[in-house]
Amino acid sequence: MLLAVEGVTLRYRTKDHLVTATYRVSFNVLRSDRFVILGPSGCGKSTLLKAVGGYLSPVEGRILLNGAPVREPGPDRVFVFQEFDQLLPWKTVTENIVFALTASGKLARREAEERALHFIRKVKLAEFRHSYPHVLSGGMKQRVAIARALAMEPEILLMDEPFAALDALTRSQMQEELLQLWEETRFTVLFVTHSIPEAIRVGSRILLLSAHPGQVKAEIEAAGADAARIEELLFEPEKEGGAAAHV
Amino acid sequence: MSERPDVYHSISTTTFDIVEKPLSRWRKVADHAAARKIALLAGLAVVWELYARWLANPLVLPRFSETVAAGAAAVISGELPRAAASTIGLLLKGYLAGLVLAALLTALASATRIGADFLETLTAMFNPLPSIALLPLALIWFGLGEASIIFVLIHAVLWAVALNAHAGFRSVSPTLRMVGQNYGLSRAGYIARILIPGAFPSILTGLKVGWAFAWRTLIAAELVFGVSSGSGGLGWYIYEHKNELLIPSVFAGLLTVILFGLLVDNLVFKTIESRTVRRWGMQT
Repeated sequence: MLLAVEGVTLRYRTKDHLVTATYRVSFNVLRSDRFVILGPSGCGKSTLLKAVGGYLSPVEGRILLNGAPVREPGPDRVFVFQEFDQLLPWKTVTENIVFALTASGKLARREAEERALHFIRKVKLAEFRHSYPHVLSGGMKQRVAIARALAMEPEILLMDEPFAALDALTRSQMQEELLQLWEETRFTVLFVTHSIPEAIRVGSRILLLSAHPGQVKAEIEAAGADAARIEELLFEPEKEGGAAAHV
Repeated sequence: MSERPDVYHSISTTTFDIVEKPLSRWRKVADHAAARKIALLAGLAVVWELYARWLANPLVLPRFSETVAAGAAAVISGELPRAAASTIGLLLKGYLAGLVLAALLTALASATRIGADFLETLTAMFNPLPSIALLPLALIWFGLGEASIIFVLIHAVLWAVALNAHAGFRSVSPTLRMVGQNYGLSRAGYIARILIPGAFPSILTGLKVGWAFAWRTLIAAELVFGVSSGSGGLGWYIYEHKNELLIPSVFAGLLTVILFGLLVDNLVFKTIESRTVRRWGMQT
Protein backbone atom coordinates (compact mmCIF):
# COMPACT_ATOMS: atom_id res chain seq x y z
CA MET A 1 0.00 0.00 0.00
CA LEU A 2 1.43 3.36 -1.05
CA LEU A 3 -0.91 5.90 0.50
CA ALA A 4 -3.27 5.31 3.40
CA VAL A 5 -5.85 7.91 4.38
CA GLU A 6 -7.41 6.82 7.66
CA GLY A 7 -10.50 8.52 9.06
CA VAL A 8 -9.37 11.98 8.04
CA THR A 9 -11.41 14.98 9.15
CA LEU A 10 -10.28 18.32 7.76
CA ARG A 11 -11.30 21.76 8.93
CA TYR A 12 -10.28 25.17 7.72
CA ARG A 13 -10.99 28.64 8.96
CA THR A 14 -12.56 31.35 6.85
CA LYS A 15 -12.98 34.94 8.01
CA ASP A 16 -15.87 34.12 10.31
CA HIS A 17 -16.49 30.38 10.12
CA LEU A 18 -14.81 27.14 10.97
CA VAL A 19 -15.66 24.86 8.07
CA THR A 20 -15.51 21.07 8.10
CA ALA A 21 -14.33 20.11 4.64
CA THR A 22 -14.24 16.33 4.96
CA TYR A 23 -15.49 14.02 7.69
CA ARG A 24 -13.74 10.72 8.52
CA VAL A 25 -12.64 9.92 5.02
CA SER A 26 -10.69 6.69 4.51
CA PHE A 27 -9.20 5.14 1.41
CA ASN A 28 -6.06 3.37 0.25
CA VAL A 29 -4.06 4.03 -2.90
CA LEU A 30 -1.94 1.23 -4.34
CA ARG A 31 1.11 1.67 -6.52
CA SER A 32 0.24 2.49 -10.16
CA ASP A 33 -3.35 3.33 -9.24
CA ARG A 34 -5.10 6.06 -11.13
CA PHE A 35 -7.17 6.94 -8.10
CA VAL A 36 -9.88 9.53 -8.71
CA ILE A 37 -11.62 11.52 -6.01
CA LEU A 38 -14.97 12.53 -7.47
CA GLY A 39 -17.50 14.80 -5.88
CA PRO A 40 -19.60 17.92 -6.33
CA SER A 41 -18.24 21.40 -5.62
CA GLY A 42 -17.72 21.94 -1.91
CA CYS A 43 -17.18 18.30 -1.00
CA GLY A 44 -13.68 19.07 0.24
CA LYS A 45 -11.92 17.05 -2.42
CA SER A 46 -9.32 19.74 -3.16
CA THR A 47 -8.80 20.26 0.56
CA LEU A 48 -8.26 16.52 0.91
CA LEU A 49 -5.67 16.59 -1.86
CA LYS A 50 -3.90 19.51 -0.17
CA ALA A 51 -3.80 17.50 3.04
CA VAL A 52 -2.15 14.61 1.19
CA GLY A 53 0.23 17.20 -0.26
CA GLY A 54 1.07 18.24 3.30
CA TYR A 55 -0.27 21.80 3.07
CA LEU A 56 -2.65 21.27 5.98
CA SER A 57 -2.94 18.64 8.65
CA PRO A 58 -6.02 16.65 9.64
CA VAL A 59 -7.79 17.47 12.91
CA GLU A 60 -8.63 13.79 13.20
CA GLY A 61 -7.24 10.66 11.56
CA ARG A 62 -3.94 10.34 9.74
CA ILE A 63 -2.37 10.23 6.30
CA LEU A 64 0.45 7.75 5.74
CA LEU A 65 2.76 7.62 2.74
CA ASN A 66 4.70 4.35 2.69
CA GLY A 67 3.77 3.98 6.33
CA ALA A 68 5.19 7.34 7.42
CA PRO A 69 2.84 10.19 8.39
CA VAL A 70 2.68 13.16 6.02
CA ARG A 71 3.73 16.34 7.83
CA GLU A 72 4.73 18.94 5.27
CA PRO A 73 4.90 19.47 1.52
CA GLY A 74 7.69 17.57 -0.17
CA PRO A 75 9.01 16.53 -3.56
CA ASP A 76 7.79 12.92 -3.10
CA ARG A 77 4.23 14.20 -3.67
CA VAL A 78 4.22 16.56 -6.62
CA PHE A 79 1.20 18.71 -7.33
CA VAL A 80 -0.32 19.64 -10.67
CA PHE A 81 -2.75 22.48 -10.08
CA GLN A 82 -5.72 23.68 -12.05
CA GLU A 83 -4.36 27.22 -12.33
CA PHE A 84 -2.19 28.10 -15.30
CA ASP A 85 0.05 30.26 -13.13
CA GLN A 86 1.70 27.24 -11.52
CA LEU A 87 4.65 27.65 -13.90
CA LEU A 88 7.24 30.19 -12.81
CA PRO A 89 6.75 32.98 -15.36
CA TRP A 90 10.40 34.05 -15.11
CA LYS A 91 11.68 30.68 -16.28
CA THR A 92 11.45 29.02 -19.69
CA VAL A 93 9.78 25.65 -20.16
CA THR A 94 13.09 23.82 -19.69
CA GLU A 95 14.16 26.00 -16.78
CA ASN A 96 10.87 25.36 -15.00
CA ILE A 97 11.57 21.65 -14.99
CA VAL A 98 15.25 22.07 -14.21
CA PHE A 99 14.27 24.32 -11.31
CA ALA A 100 12.06 21.61 -9.84
CA LEU A 101 14.76 18.97 -10.15
CA THR A 102 17.59 21.08 -8.76
CA ALA A 103 15.65 22.95 -6.05
CA SER A 104 14.59 19.65 -4.58
CA GLY A 105 18.19 18.44 -4.73
CA LYS A 106 17.17 15.51 -6.89
CA LEU A 107 19.65 16.06 -9.70
CA ALA A 108 22.62 18.23 -10.60
CA ARG A 109 22.08 20.82 -13.29
CA ARG A 110 23.42 18.85 -16.27
CA GLU A 111 21.44 15.72 -15.61
CA ALA A 112 18.41 17.82 -14.77
CA GLU A 113 18.61 19.45 -18.20
CA GLU A 114 18.78 16.08 -19.91
CA ARG A 115 15.86 14.73 -17.99
CA ALA A 116 13.86 17.91 -18.57
CA LEU A 117 14.33 17.57 -22.31
CA HIS A 118 13.29 13.93 -22.18
CA PHE A 119 10.00 14.79 -20.50
CA ILE A 120 9.42 17.85 -22.69
CA ARG A 121 9.63 15.51 -25.68
CA LYS A 122 7.19 13.17 -23.99
CA VAL A 123 4.56 15.91 -23.78
CA LYS A 124 5.42 16.99 -27.34
CA LEU A 125 6.67 20.48 -26.55
CA ALA A 126 10.24 20.20 -27.85
CA GLU A 127 9.95 23.25 -30.08
CA PHE A 128 8.77 25.36 -27.16
CA ARG A 129 11.46 24.34 -24.72
CA HIS A 130 13.05 27.81 -24.72
CA SER A 131 9.73 29.69 -24.56
CA TYR A 132 8.45 31.53 -21.54
CA PRO A 133 5.11 30.30 -20.14
CA HIS A 134 3.17 33.44 -21.12
CA VAL A 135 3.42 32.61 -24.82
CA LEU A 136 2.00 29.11 -24.34
CA SER A 137 -1.67 28.16 -24.55
CA GLY A 138 -3.51 26.85 -21.51
CA GLY A 139 -3.20 23.25 -22.64
CA MET A 140 0.52 23.62 -23.28
CA LYS A 141 1.05 25.11 -19.84
CA GLN A 142 -0.69 22.15 -18.24
CA ARG A 143 1.47 19.81 -20.30
CA VAL A 144 4.59 21.55 -18.99
CA ALA A 145 3.26 21.24 -15.44
CA ILE A 146 2.66 17.53 -16.02
CA ALA A 147 6.11 17.10 -17.53
CA ARG A 148 7.61 18.89 -14.54
CA ALA A 149 5.74 16.66 -12.13
CA LEU A 150 6.62 13.45 -13.99
CA ALA A 151 10.28 14.46 -14.25
CA MET A 152 10.37 14.52 -10.46
CA GLU A 153 9.39 10.84 -10.45
CA PRO A 154 7.40 11.32 -7.27
CA GLU A 155 5.91 8.52 -5.23
CA ILE A 156 2.53 9.91 -6.07
CA LEU A 157 1.30 12.58 -8.46
CA LEU A 158 -1.41 14.84 -7.06
CA MET A 159 -3.62 16.38 -9.74
CA ASP A 160 -6.17 18.98 -8.66
CA GLU A 161 -8.65 19.30 -11.54
CA PRO A 162 -5.74 19.85 -13.92
CA PHE A 163 -7.91 20.04 -17.03
CA ALA A 164 -10.89 21.95 -15.60
CA ALA A 165 -9.87 25.30 -17.05
CA LEU A 166 -9.33 23.93 -20.57
CA ASP A 167 -11.77 23.93 -23.47
CA ALA A 168 -13.59 20.66 -24.12
CA LEU A 169 -11.49 19.57 -27.10
CA THR A 170 -8.16 20.22 -25.44
CA ARG A 171 -9.43 18.62 -22.28
CA SER A 172 -10.32 15.39 -24.01
CA GLN A 173 -6.97 15.36 -25.79
CA MET A 174 -5.12 15.90 -22.51
CA GLN A 175 -6.97 13.03 -20.84
CA GLU A 176 -5.87 10.80 -23.69
CA GLU A 177 -2.26 11.97 -23.40
CA LEU A 178 -2.26 11.43 -19.66
CA LEU A 179 -3.40 7.85 -20.17
CA GLN A 180 -0.67 7.31 -22.77
CA LEU A 181 1.95 8.64 -20.39
CA TRP A 182 0.62 6.36 -17.71
CA GLU A 183 0.89 3.37 -20.04
CA GLU A 184 4.58 4.20 -20.50
CA THR A 185 5.67 4.66 -16.89
CA ARG A 186 2.80 3.45 -14.71
CA PHE A 187 3.10 6.27 -12.19
CA THR A 188 0.66 6.53 -9.28
CA VAL A 189 -1.74 9.41 -9.51
CA LEU A 190 -4.38 10.83 -7.19
CA PHE A 191 -6.72 12.81 -9.40
CA VAL A 192 -9.43 15.19 -8.20
CA THR A 193 -12.34 16.10 -10.45
CA HIS A 194 -16.01 17.03 -10.39
CA SER A 195 -16.67 15.58 -13.84
CA ILE A 196 -18.13 12.08 -13.92
CA PRO A 197 -17.05 11.33 -17.52
CA GLU A 198 -13.51 12.47 -16.72
CA ALA A 199 -13.42 10.24 -13.63
CA ILE A 200 -14.50 7.20 -15.62
CA ARG A 201 -12.10 7.93 -18.45
CA VAL A 202 -9.01 8.82 -16.46
CA GLY A 203 -9.40 6.70 -13.35
CA SER A 204 -8.81 3.09 -12.52
CA ARG A 205 -10.58 3.43 -9.18
CA ILE A 206 -13.07 6.09 -8.13
CA LEU A 207 -13.86 7.43 -4.67
CA LEU A 208 -17.22 9.18 -4.46
CA LEU A 209 -17.55 11.98 -1.92
CA SER A 210 -20.80 13.56 -0.76
CA ALA A 211 -21.18 17.30 -0.49
CA HIS A 212 -20.50 19.49 2.49
CA PRO A 213 -18.79 18.03 4.44
CA GLY A 214 -17.28 15.36 2.22
CA GLN A 215 -17.93 11.80 3.34
CA VAL A 216 -17.16 8.64 1.41
CA LYS A 217 -20.24 7.47 -0.48
CA ALA A 218 -18.62 4.65 -2.38
CA GLU A 219 -15.35 3.38 -3.78
CA ILE A 220 -15.70 1.61 -7.12
CA GLU A 221 -13.70 0.23 -10.04
CA ALA A 222 -13.70 2.65 -12.95
CA ALA A 223 -13.75 -0.07 -15.58
CA GLY A 224 -17.39 -0.65 -16.44
CA ALA A 225 -18.63 2.08 -14.09
CA ASP A 226 -21.94 3.56 -15.12
CA ALA A 227 -22.24 7.36 -15.22
CA ALA A 228 -25.95 7.39 -14.41
CA ARG A 229 -25.41 5.14 -11.40
CA ILE A 230 -22.59 7.38 -10.13
CA GLU A 231 -24.73 10.46 -10.52
CA GLU A 232 -27.46 8.77 -8.54
CA LEU A 233 -25.01 7.87 -5.78
CA LEU A 234 -23.59 11.37 -5.63
CA PHE A 235 -26.84 13.26 -5.52
CA GLU A 236 -29.17 10.96 -3.61
CA PRO A 237 -30.31 13.43 -0.92
CA GLU A 238 -30.97 16.22 -3.40
CA LYS A 239 -33.19 13.99 -5.51
CA GLU A 240 -36.09 14.23 -3.09
CA GLY A 241 -36.07 18.01 -3.40
CA GLY A 242 -36.24 17.56 -7.14
CA ALA A 243 -33.24 19.81 -7.74
CA ALA A 244 -31.33 18.19 -10.56
CA ALA A 245 -27.66 18.74 -9.96
CA HIS A 246 -25.50 19.32 -12.97
CA VAL A 247 -21.94 18.25 -13.09
CA MET B 1 -33.61 16.45 -41.04
CA SER B 2 -32.34 19.52 -42.83
CA GLU B 3 -32.82 19.78 -46.58
CA ARG B 4 -29.52 21.55 -47.06
CA PRO B 5 -26.70 19.38 -48.37
CA ASP B 6 -23.26 19.30 -46.75
CA VAL B 7 -20.74 21.52 -48.50
CA TYR B 8 -16.96 21.02 -48.69
CA HIS B 9 -14.36 23.45 -50.03
CA SER B 10 -10.72 23.01 -50.89
CA ILE B 11 -8.59 25.79 -49.44
CA SER B 12 -6.42 27.99 -51.62
CA THR B 13 -2.70 28.01 -50.86
CA THR B 14 -1.27 30.26 -53.57
CA THR B 15 -3.58 33.08 -54.54
CA PHE B 16 -3.22 35.55 -51.65
CA ASP B 17 -1.93 39.02 -52.46
CA ILE B 18 0.26 39.23 -49.39
CA VAL B 19 1.17 36.47 -47.01
CA GLU B 20 4.17 38.13 -45.47
CA LYS B 21 5.88 41.24 -46.76
CA PRO B 22 8.69 43.29 -45.17
CA LEU B 23 7.63 46.78 -44.05
CA SER B 24 9.23 49.83 -45.63
CA ARG B 25 12.22 51.38 -43.91
CA TRP B 26 10.32 54.59 -43.08
CA ARG B 27 7.56 52.54 -41.44
CA LYS B 28 10.13 50.69 -39.30
CA VAL B 29 11.76 53.94 -38.12
CA ALA B 30 8.34 55.41 -37.33
CA ASP B 31 7.49 52.32 -35.31
CA HIS B 32 10.58 52.81 -33.17
CA ALA B 33 9.56 54.67 -30.01
CA ALA B 34 13.07 56.01 -29.36
CA ALA B 35 13.28 57.45 -32.88
CA ARG B 36 9.96 59.24 -32.48
CA LYS B 37 11.00 60.67 -29.13
CA ILE B 38 14.36 61.90 -30.40
CA ALA B 39 12.55 63.65 -33.26
CA LEU B 40 10.25 65.32 -30.73
CA LEU B 41 13.21 66.49 -28.64
CA ALA B 42 14.90 67.94 -31.72
CA GLY B 43 11.65 69.76 -32.54
CA LEU B 44 11.48 71.24 -29.04
CA ALA B 45 15.10 72.43 -29.29
CA VAL B 46 14.30 74.22 -32.56
CA VAL B 47 11.23 75.91 -31.00
CA TRP B 48 13.36 77.00 -28.03
CA GLU B 49 16.07 78.44 -30.29
CA LEU B 50 13.57 80.37 -32.44
CA TYR B 51 11.63 81.74 -29.45
CA ALA B 52 14.83 82.85 -27.67
CA ARG B 53 16.04 84.63 -30.80
CA TRP B 54 12.71 86.40 -31.10
CA LEU B 55 12.72 87.31 -27.38
CA ALA B 56 16.35 88.48 -27.56
CA ASN B 57 16.76 88.65 -23.76
CA PRO B 58 19.51 86.20 -22.70
CA LEU B 59 18.96 87.00 -19.00
CA VAL B 60 15.46 85.55 -19.15
CA LEU B 61 15.88 82.88 -21.79
CA PRO B 62 19.25 82.19 -23.42
CA ARG B 63 19.29 80.59 -26.84
CA PHE B 64 19.59 76.83 -27.14
CA SER B 65 22.89 77.23 -28.94
CA GLU B 66 24.27 79.46 -26.15
CA THR B 67 23.17 76.91 -23.56
CA VAL B 68 24.85 74.07 -25.43
CA ALA B 69 28.00 76.18 -25.82
CA ALA B 70 28.06 77.02 -22.11
CA GLY B 71 27.50 73.38 -21.29
CA ALA B 72 30.27 72.24 -23.63
CA ALA B 73 32.69 74.78 -22.14
CA ALA B 74 31.82 73.59 -18.63
CA VAL B 75 32.33 70.00 -19.66
CA ILE B 76 35.73 70.80 -21.15
CA SER B 77 36.81 72.81 -18.10
CA GLY B 78 35.74 69.84 -15.97
CA GLU B 79 33.43 71.95 -13.83
CA LEU B 80 30.19 70.27 -14.94
CA PRO B 81 31.49 66.67 -14.84
CA ARG B 82 32.85 67.32 -11.34
CA ALA B 83 29.51 68.68 -10.17
CA ALA B 84 27.64 65.78 -11.78
CA ALA B 85 30.01 63.21 -10.27
CA SER B 86 29.57 64.72 -6.83
CA THR B 87 25.79 64.66 -7.17
CA ILE B 88 25.70 61.11 -8.50
CA GLY B 89 28.03 59.81 -5.83
CA LEU B 90 25.87 61.30 -3.13
CA LEU B 91 22.75 60.01 -4.81
CA LEU B 92 24.06 56.45 -4.98
CA LYS B 93 25.00 56.51 -1.29
CA GLY B 94 21.54 57.69 -0.27
CA TYR B 95 19.77 55.38 -2.69
CA LEU B 96 21.63 52.28 -1.58
CA ALA B 97 21.17 53.11 2.11
CA GLY B 98 17.46 53.58 1.42
CA LEU B 99 17.28 50.22 -0.35
CA VAL B 100 18.97 48.40 2.51
CA LEU B 101 16.55 49.91 5.02
CA ALA B 102 13.59 49.16 2.75
CA ALA B 103 14.71 45.54 2.46
CA LEU B 104 14.90 45.25 6.25
CA LEU B 105 11.48 46.82 6.78
CA THR B 106 9.92 44.65 4.09
CA ALA B 107 11.48 41.52 5.52
CA LEU B 108 10.07 42.43 8.92
CA ALA B 109 6.68 43.14 7.38
CA SER B 110 6.66 39.81 5.52
CA ALA B 111 7.71 37.84 8.57
CA THR B 112 5.22 39.12 11.13
CA ARG B 113 1.79 40.68 11.13
CA ILE B 114 2.81 43.42 13.53
CA GLY B 115 5.74 44.17 11.21
CA ALA B 116 3.29 44.61 8.35
CA ASP B 117 1.15 46.95 10.46
CA PHE B 118 4.29 48.87 11.40
CA LEU B 119 5.33 49.31 7.77
CA GLU B 120 1.85 50.28 6.63
CA THR B 121 1.44 52.86 9.40
CA LEU B 122 4.87 54.39 8.88
CA THR B 123 4.36 54.53 5.13
CA ALA B 124 0.97 56.15 5.49
CA MET B 125 2.56 58.79 7.76
CA PHE B 126 5.78 59.54 5.95
CA ASN B 127 5.09 58.84 2.28
CA PRO B 128 3.05 62.04 1.76
CA LEU B 129 5.70 64.14 3.53
CA PRO B 130 8.02 65.77 0.97
CA SER B 131 11.57 64.80 1.85
CA ILE B 132 12.83 68.31 1.37
CA ALA B 133 10.60 69.41 4.25
CA LEU B 134 12.82 67.36 6.55
CA LEU B 135 15.97 69.20 5.46
CA PRO B 136 15.84 71.93 8.12
CA LEU B 137 15.48 69.28 10.81
CA ALA B 138 18.24 67.17 9.24
CA LEU B 139 20.55 70.22 9.32
CA ILE B 140 20.00 70.55 13.05
CA TRP B 141 20.53 66.84 13.69
CA PHE B 142 23.40 66.10 11.35
CA GLY B 143 24.91 69.49 10.61
CA LEU B 144 25.74 71.07 7.29
CA GLY B 145 27.10 68.21 5.23
CA GLU B 146 26.66 64.92 3.46
CA ALA B 147 24.94 63.21 6.38
CA SER B 148 21.98 65.57 6.24
CA ILE B 149 21.50 65.06 2.52
CA ILE B 150 21.78 61.29 2.83
CA PHE B 151 19.17 61.41 5.57
CA VAL B 152 16.63 63.17 3.35
CA LEU B 153 17.55 60.88 0.44
CA ILE B 154 16.85 57.83 2.55
CA HIS B 155 13.50 59.30 3.43
CA ALA B 156 12.78 59.87 -0.25
CA VAL B 157 13.67 56.29 -1.27
CA LEU B 158 12.63 54.20 1.69
CA TRP B 159 8.86 54.49 1.68
CA ALA B 160 8.29 54.16 -2.04
CA VAL B 161 10.48 51.07 -2.27
CA ALA B 162 9.23 49.39 0.90
CA LEU B 163 5.59 50.01 0.05
CA ASN B 164 5.89 48.59 -3.46
CA ALA B 165 8.00 45.62 -2.43
CA HIS B 166 5.59 44.77 0.36
CA ALA B 167 2.60 44.98 -1.98
CA GLY B 168 4.53 42.83 -4.48
CA PHE B 169 5.25 40.08 -1.96
CA ARG B 170 1.62 39.99 -0.92
CA SER B 171 0.47 39.67 -4.52
CA VAL B 172 2.52 36.54 -5.27
CA SER B 173 -0.16 34.00 -6.14
CA PRO B 174 -1.03 31.24 -3.67
CA THR B 175 -0.41 28.66 -6.42
CA LEU B 176 3.16 29.85 -6.92
CA ARG B 177 3.72 29.75 -3.17
CA MET B 178 2.45 26.18 -3.03
CA VAL B 179 4.68 25.24 -5.97
CA GLY B 180 7.65 26.71 -4.13
CA GLN B 181 6.89 24.67 -1.02
CA ASN B 182 6.25 21.54 -3.07
CA TYR B 183 9.84 21.29 -4.27
CA GLY B 184 11.30 21.45 -0.80
CA LEU B 185 13.01 24.83 -1.02
CA SER B 186 14.67 26.14 2.13
CA ARG B 187 13.29 29.33 3.68
CA ALA B 188 16.01 31.43 2.06
CA GLY B 189 15.66 29.63 -1.26
CA TYR B 190 11.93 30.18 -1.17
CA ILE B 191 12.40 33.93 -0.72
CA ALA B 192 15.15 34.24 -3.33
CA ARG B 193 13.69 31.92 -5.97
CA ILE B 194 9.93 32.37 -5.59
CA LEU B 195 8.99 35.50 -3.65
CA ILE B 196 11.46 38.01 -5.06
CA PRO B 197 11.03 37.09 -8.74
CA GLY B 198 7.27 36.80 -8.20
CA ALA B 199 7.17 40.29 -6.71
CA PHE B 200 9.68 41.71 -9.17
CA PRO B 201 7.27 43.86 -11.22
CA SER B 202 6.27 45.74 -8.06
CA ILE B 203 9.82 45.88 -6.76
CA LEU B 204 10.99 47.41 -10.02
CA THR B 205 8.23 50.01 -9.88
CA GLY B 206 9.38 50.85 -6.35
CA LEU B 207 12.99 51.19 -7.50
CA LYS B 208 11.96 53.55 -10.31
CA VAL B 209 9.74 55.73 -8.15
CA GLY B 210 12.38 55.78 -5.41
CA TRP B 211 15.03 56.81 -7.90
CA ALA B 212 12.93 59.68 -9.23
CA PHE B 213 12.11 60.91 -5.72
CA ALA B 214 15.77 60.74 -4.71
CA TRP B 215 16.96 62.62 -7.78
CA ARG B 216 14.51 65.49 -7.28
CA THR B 217 15.14 65.68 -3.57
CA LEU B 218 18.89 65.77 -4.04
CA ILE B 219 18.87 68.59 -6.60
CA ALA B 220 16.52 70.59 -4.39
CA ALA B 221 18.65 69.99 -1.30
CA GLU B 222 21.80 71.06 -3.15
CA LEU B 223 20.09 74.20 -4.36
CA VAL B 224 19.57 75.14 -0.75
CA PHE B 225 23.09 74.71 0.48
CA GLY B 226 25.37 72.67 -1.76
CA VAL B 227 27.77 70.37 -0.04
CA SER B 228 30.13 71.50 2.62
CA SER B 229 33.03 69.43 1.36
CA GLY B 230 33.85 72.18 -1.13
CA SER B 231 32.93 70.47 -4.39
CA GLY B 232 29.27 71.28 -4.88
CA GLY B 233 26.89 69.20 -6.96
CA LEU B 234 24.63 70.04 -9.88
CA GLY B 235 22.11 71.89 -7.73
CA TRP B 236 24.86 74.06 -6.35
CA TYR B 237 26.24 74.58 -9.85
CA ILE B 238 22.85 75.95 -10.93
CA TYR B 239 22.47 78.13 -7.86
CA GLU B 240 25.98 79.58 -8.07
CA HIS B 241 25.69 80.51 -11.74
CA LYS B 242 22.34 82.16 -11.13
CA ASN B 243 24.07 84.39 -8.59
CA GLU B 244 26.70 85.27 -11.17
CA LEU B 245 23.93 85.89 -13.75
CA LEU B 246 25.49 83.31 -16.06
CA ILE B 247 22.07 82.24 -17.26
CA PRO B 248 23.24 79.96 -20.13
CA SER B 249 25.21 77.99 -17.53
CA VAL B 250 22.10 77.77 -15.34
CA PHE B 251 20.24 76.29 -18.29
CA ALA B 252 23.15 73.97 -19.07
CA GLY B 253 22.97 72.71 -15.48
CA LEU B 254 19.22 72.16 -15.76
CA LEU B 255 19.69 70.33 -19.05
CA THR B 256 22.27 68.08 -17.41
CA VAL B 257 19.79 67.23 -14.66
CA ILE B 258 17.14 66.40 -17.26
CA LEU B 259 19.52 64.42 -19.46
CA PHE B 260 20.73 62.36 -16.58
CA GLY B 261 17.17 61.57 -15.52
CA LEU B 262 16.30 60.51 -19.09
CA LEU B 263 19.44 58.43 -19.36
CA VAL B 264 18.84 56.45 -16.20
CA ASP B 265 15.20 55.90 -17.01
CA ASN B 266 15.77 54.85 -20.63
CA LEU B 267 19.03 52.97 -20.34
CA VAL B 268 19.05 51.45 -16.88
CA PHE B 269 15.42 50.86 -16.00
CA LYS B 270 14.10 50.20 -19.51
CA THR B 271 16.86 47.64 -20.03
CA ILE B 272 16.10 45.89 -16.77
CA GLU B 273 12.43 45.95 -17.68
CA SER B 274 12.83 44.48 -21.14
CA ARG B 275 15.13 41.75 -19.87
CA THR B 276 12.90 40.77 -16.98
CA VAL B 277 9.23 41.55 -16.53
CA ARG B 278 8.55 42.14 -20.24
CA ARG B 279 10.27 38.98 -21.34
CA TRP B 280 8.43 37.04 -18.64
CA GLY B 281 5.07 38.49 -19.68
CA MET B 282 4.54 39.73 -16.13
CA GLN B 283 3.88 43.33 -17.06
CA THR B 284 0.52 44.23 -18.49
